[in-house]
Amino acid sequence: MSKPLLEVRNITKRFGGLMAVSNVSFEINRGEVVGLLGDNGAGKSTLIKCISGVHAADEGEIFFEGARVAFSHPIHARRHGVETIYQDLALANNLDVGANIFLGREVKKRYFAGLIKTLDDQHMLRESRRTLDSLEISFPTLTQPIESLSGGQRQAVAIARAVYWDAKLMIMDEPTNNLGVIEQKKVLDLIRALRARGVPVILITHILPDVFAVTDRLIVMHGGRKVTEKMTAETNTEELVQYMVGARDDTNKDIQGSEGELPLPH
Amino acid sequence: MIDPRSRITLLAGTRPSTLRTSAQRFGLLLSRIWAWLFLGLMVLFFVVAVPLVSDGAVNFLTIRNTQNILVAIIPVLLLGLGQTFVIIAAGIDLSVGWVMSLASVLSALALRWAFDGGAPLFPSVLIGLVAGVGGAAAVGFVNGVIISKLKVPAFIVTLGTSFIVRGVAYLMSENTTVIGLPAGLRAYGNDALIYYVRGEGGGLYFLNRPEVSGELLRRMDPILPYPVILTACVVVCAMFLLRRTQFGRHTYAIGGSMEAAERTGIPVDRHVIKLYILSASTAGIAGFLSTLRFTAGSAVIGDPLLLSSIAAVIIGGVSLFGGAGTVIGTVIGALIIAVLTTGLVMLNVEAFWQFIVVGTVVIVAVLIDQSRDLITGRQRRSTAK
Repeated sequence: MSKPLLEVRNITKRFGGLMAVSNVSFEINRGEVVGLLGDNGAGKSTLIKCISGVHAADEGEIFFEGARVAFSHPIHARRHGVETIYQDLALANNLDVGANIFLGREVKKRYFAGLIKTLDDQHMLRESRRTLDSLEISFPTLTQPIESLSGGQRQAVAIARAVYWDAKLMIMDEPTNNLGVIEQKKVLDLIRALRARGVPVILITHILPDVFAVTDRLIVMHGGRKVTEKMTAETNTEELVQYMVGARDDTNKDIQGSEGELPLPH
Repeated sequence: MIDPRSRITLLAGTRPSTLRTSAQRFGLLLSRIWAWLFLGLMVLFFVVAVPLVSDGAVNFLTIRNTQNILVAIIPVLLLGLGQTFVIIAAGIDLSVGWVMSLASVLSALALRWAFDGGAPLFPSVLIGLVAGVGGAAAVGFVNGVIISKLKVPAFIVTLGTSFIVRGVAYLMSENTTVIGLPAGLRAYGNDALIYYVRGEGGGLYFLNRPEVSGELLRRMDPILPYPVILTACVVVCAMFLLRRTQFGRHTYAIGGSMEAAERTGIPVDRHVIKLYILSASTAGIAGFLSTLRFTAGSAVIGDPLLLSSIAAVIIGGVSLFGGAGTVIGTVIGALIIAVLTTGLVMLNVEAFWQFIVVGTVVIVAVLIDQSRDLITGRQRRSTAK
């Protein structure tokens, strides 16, 4: 196994007197799906925001592709290839699929030595279709405002956008929330497709069936701390729930943590 | 713990997305083209009704009347063009009326200053244009900076600047009409590209106004006055800007979701500043053209047009919530108001009826817009701007 793509060391984040994230470390390797679990208020979102540049961590270091990084803005994280898909997806519902995939990075045609620049909608549509095809996503039409699409289809647009712009690490915040059964399954398929491309996914969720359906490894947080890290195949629902509600805590038994004993994923 | 909500969503089916009945599709189509239909029916009505009322003495669709309508919509349309961009981006610019007044006064003062200083007429006119539009753009810049950087709601900011600009316009014009402008100015603001003299001794004249008088003058119709041509150019530029460029795309994106626009790296603040500069600038052009038209600058010229211009934008289908609208829609909206006004006058209807009709059309326009949301099942969040 090569060096991890993302390495988080001893991250701590406080909001006033509240310790939102306390001394959390973990690694993400290429091509794995890691579930980040925890009850509401466990610190999942704050931890993720420290990685994606929304918050600056008070303590600790983050290494991405072997280099130390400190993203001061989500845009910087995206430029490095860390793509975070929040529940609201950051899509403009009044624009079509192509416009959304290229939002903020539109392709232009130049006329009169660049004096006049027009949008190259044909090119953007073509590239969008190519990306969607490669992810085996099909829409009835790509030229309608995406407000006519379902929640899962919009999720797919957000994922396709990240894929098109060469995301190296995908962080997804509760992607199957508010989706119907069939749509949930499609989103999970997309996560598998990302793994097949070698793009690792951090999946924030508290839907346990999703966790077992798609993740390789799990990190469970409680009260701002990482209480355990396990291979998905080596745990079960009951055990995970105990970790999530705080009934079990590996850090109390063993100060060293259990990372050393964990077999690395292939 | 598993969130109980997630169990519920597991049971819920997929939401139907694009399936629609033919009745719904017809409703959608109707809601998109109703303004065109309404304009067409209205013109048809006046074409039939005007000769009836006047016993055939007056017709509605004459060359002279159509040209009059085109001239009449210029200020409302120009104010509405910039406003179209601003409202699509979920903003509002209430200052354009008084900005137009300020531009009228500024361009008159600058033009007079240049001409009296010995500059030839044409350069003086250009100086007037630069002063009027430049002054207006400066107000737009201030609007945009306060709205985007200091996060004050656009409604409040532009309300405030409209009062400030009103004061400045009155002070600069010394509470009177700015006169003493060169007499040759009249041609710039009123002459037409083509003149057509009907009947005996008549003909077509290009690029110069024929020296006719008496009976021939009565039979002469100007076709395409210069201000109409200039306005048409501005309209074409605005259509291009909104539909074909990144600027237009970002305008829609900001109106659709300001947060999405920000997160995808669109420089939202800078874009908003540009939008208010654009809005003020088209108002500046309107002020400049009114100075040419009346050969005088006036501080009272713009304000009465503000609400008409917003009405034109709304009738044209621009959503006050942002994210939707077209330039051609605003043109149709302005035409509807102008045709209505002209037609009612020709029917000898008391002029005040136009306000009642326009007001009704504005409310109907918004109702139609909302019914479209009902059909598509779209949820609109109110934007906090």
